Amino acid sequence: MNKLILLRTASAGTLESSDCVVTVSPAEKMELEYKGANSAVFAERTRQLVDDVAKQYALEGAQISIQDQGALEITMRARLETALQRAGKEAVKQ
Amino acid sequence: MKPCRSMLYIPGDSPGMIQHAPVFGADSILLDLEDAVALTEKDAARKMVACYLKYYDFKNLIVTVRVNGADTEFFDDDLKEIIPCAPAAIRIPKCNGPQDVLAADRKIEALEKENSIPVGTVRIHAMIETAVGLENAYLIASACPRVQALTLGGQDLTADMGVQKTKEGWELFYARSRVVVAARAAGVDVYDTVWADISDKEGLLKESKLIVNLGFTGKAAIHPDQIETIHQAFMPNEKEFRKAARVMEAAENAKKEGKGVISVDGKMVDAPVVARARHLLELADLYGFERSGS
Amino acid sequence: MDMSVNSLGRSVPMYLPGVGHFSPYTSPFAMLGKPAASAAPMQLRRPMPARSKVVADIEKAVELSGLKDGMTISFHHHLRNGDAVIPMVLGVLQKMGFKNLTFAPSSIPDAHDCIADYIRSGLITRLYTSGVRGELGKLLSAGEINIPVVIRSHGGRARAIEEGSISIDVAFLAAPACDCLGNITGHTGPSACGSLGYAITDSKYARYVVAITDNLVEYPLHPKISIPQHFVDSVVCIDSLGDPKKIATGAARITRNPVDLRIAKDSFRLMKASGIVEPGFSFQMGVGGASLAVAKYLEEYMKEKGICGSFGLGGVGGYMASMLEEGLFSTVFDVQSFDSAVTKSMTENPNHIEIDASWYANPFNAGCLVHNLDCVILAALEVDTDFNVNVLTGNDGVLRGASGGHQDTAAGAKLSIVVAPSFRGGVPSIKDKVTTVTTPGETVDAIVTERGICINPAREDLLASALKAGLPVADITELKKEVEKLTGIPHPAEYDYDKVVAVVEYRDGTLIDTVYGRK
Repeated sequence: MNKLILLRTASAGTLESSDCVVTVSPAEKMELEYKGANSAVFAERTRQLVDDVAKQYALEGAQISIQDQGALEITMRARLETALQRAGKEAVKQ
Repeated sequence: MKPCRSMLYIPGDSPGMIQHAPVFGADSILLDLEDAVALTEKDAARKMVACYLKYYDFKNLIVTVRVNGADTEFFDDDLKEIIPCAPAAIRIPKCNGPQDVLAADRKIEALEKENSIPVGTVRIHAMIETAVGLENAYLIASACPRVQALTLGGQDLTADMGVQKTKEGWELFYARSRVVVAARAAGVDVYDTVWADISDKEGLLKESKLIVNLGFTGKAAIHPDQIETIHQAFMPNEKEFRKAARVMEAAENAKKEGKGVISVDGKMVDAPVVARARHLLELADLYGFERSGS
Repeated sequence: MDMSVNSLGRSVPMYLPGVGHFSPYTSPFAMLGKPAASAAPMQLRRPMPARSKVVADIEKAVELSGLKDGMTISFHHHLRNGDAVIPMVLGVLQKMGFKNLTFAPSSIPDAHDCIADYIRSGLITRLYTSGVRGELGKLLSAGEINIPVVIRSHGGRARAIEEGSISIDVAFLAAPACDCLGNITGHTGPSACGSLGYAITDSKYARYVVAITDNLVEYPLHPKISIPQHFVDSVVCIDSLGDPKKIATGAARITRNPVDLRIAKDSFRLMKASGIVEPGFSFQMGVGGASLAVAKYLEEYMKEKGICGSFGLGGVGGYMASMLEEGLFSTVFDVQSFDSAVTKSMTENPNHIEIDASWYANPFNAGCLVHNLDCVILAALEVDTDFNVNVLTGNDGVLRGASGGHQDTAAGAKLSIVVAPSFRGGVPSIKDKVTTVTTPGETVDAIVTERGICINPAREDLLASALKAGLPVADITELKKEVEKLTGIPHPAEYDYDKVVAVVEYRDGTLIDTVYGRK
């Protein structure tokens, strides 16, 4: 996977039950804000998920905000990846 | 492959429904990137479907994905993201002729190779939704080995024909018959179009029984409530089932004894009858019919 | 606080300050099979003959009752979220300057967040209830308020009242239809609520009973008297007992949620496979969602096979009432009516029989109905791999449920089925250990989720039947792992184990678990 460079703020997802809204913006380092009914129950899982996806996209920094309406991990991953892709573009390999 | 009596449409952008896919009781599902998804959310739906294909265990459920038409800006991205996830099949909208299937086949093959997937793994379900497509139904069905099924898009076809889609369905009678024959001639499966009125279960049952008798192998569902009704229409009756069991027994005996001719109840029975009997018994298994000898 | 570990490995107090001593839970029927001491004494009253017990207002009734600080008051919750009586009476008591009362209703309707205020004000300093929700639940779980709280099942409360563990000084009973000498019934009147099952028990054992009505009928109330005049001391007339729309709601509809329907269908298939659905069988359905939807499949089957059941039991909703009308059950025993269809059935159908809480579920009498139940369908907030069930606290450890008849029916029924979606709001329902044990796993025969039917290993016969019928049997530990793969592993909430917020009694009076304050 090519490195992703964030250029703007973008979000993906809905506030429907079982979904989540993920908003990403460019930032110096990784920052995560996780809100919703599951923010205590799944704080660790979500942090790990964001780390995994950041590694996948070779992201050095991003401000990520998640409003969780009871999404499964797969759903959250999909929304996060979509938001990232909307927020940036892949750096072309030299 | 197990019989696919029902195919439940689930919008690709609805995680709330995809996450419960195996629970609905359908034999197969169609994750839709096309009509069910807004233009601004095509990327989100594509990603959602890809993630679920990659990480979710659908167990025995057969998963197909309807990509956007080849005439849209989304087609190539859809294939690029979805083929590596190896769904059972992708459904191609508005196939007008064998060239549409072959073009998709080439792209899919390239992607399979690129992703170390055995070529031919991802099948094609070709949608017949235009008059031209209908005319070319057999050519489409037999265009390449990758084609596994024809599916009828009643809504778009009637629009293309300039006629009203009705519950009685006479306007689709020819199309249905034609598509079934084409599919059978090409040796592929064939799915009927959706019944839009969710509250009318009687109408759904009537239509489903009709299309079962015409020879359709499955029917689309737009709501989980419809699945039970559709399955009811596909249930073989007791007599049919007993006859099929006798045919299979005779066929197995003939094979064991090295005989070329199969005889049931004093009558000669040939290959297509045996094939139908086999299919019926597979179907009967789904309903829990007991096969026991007698 | 002196704690002891019970047979389920849960730490429970031996002594709750302000309440008394407790024994830890050992097993569902440990306390049964031998006679106990006599019941608590019932009050003998010796009033002068009178032709009316009507008094001017609630204040007057309170004065006459001899209520003092530190005493115990009770109410029923048959008016549900339409109840205006509890807030009204508590408001009067507060104004009259009472303090340190024990509040012992049969349960607390969701709508009564005001209870939290009366606890803060010192009016109520001890709480006995079946359920705690809403603002009150949050308040207690925050651990800010330090009052003893004992949670009991319906059968357990009846037992506690009869044995004297709850000694009711004054019972304030909302009476939808009442005459001037205190004959009460609940199935007629503008605020009709159907059965007065919980109130009947209170009326027998309370020292003083105040009937509060918005429908004073001509003497004598007839034809049906649920609580006879000889248990009632005063009658107070007010404008309205509450909101009829919320008292007598429309019948709960069968859910259309495909996940719930799948659970319901598989639950019914399990019932069928177990062989329990035979002529003469008895059944208690749930109140909504999947636990109610089971009834739909049951009804279809019973009609198809011409099966007539002996009795339906509950907590009765419109669906059960209609099954009675269709002749699918010979009788329905009703301890609480959920909607107007049920009230109508009770009025018109002599086979719709009102029962009190003790008759329903008290394990310490000569035979309660739950002990004759063939099958019950129960809901759950959480379950664990030992089949224990939690209906009291949420994932966040906050009180948000009620014990109700859960423990009673699960213990009594031949086949106890608990239904739950495998995950709710993205959080798994199956845990290693439930947050709070309400119903012990040894009384739960099966847990049915949309992803599989888990059968208690102790029920080898049931497992064999389920497998033979080709049902989707799943191992509960495997299912838990499967769900956690989808959701991620949840991090349990953190508790302050020094703050005991409530104790949970089992129906026999032993303690099955403790609810702690949230950190």
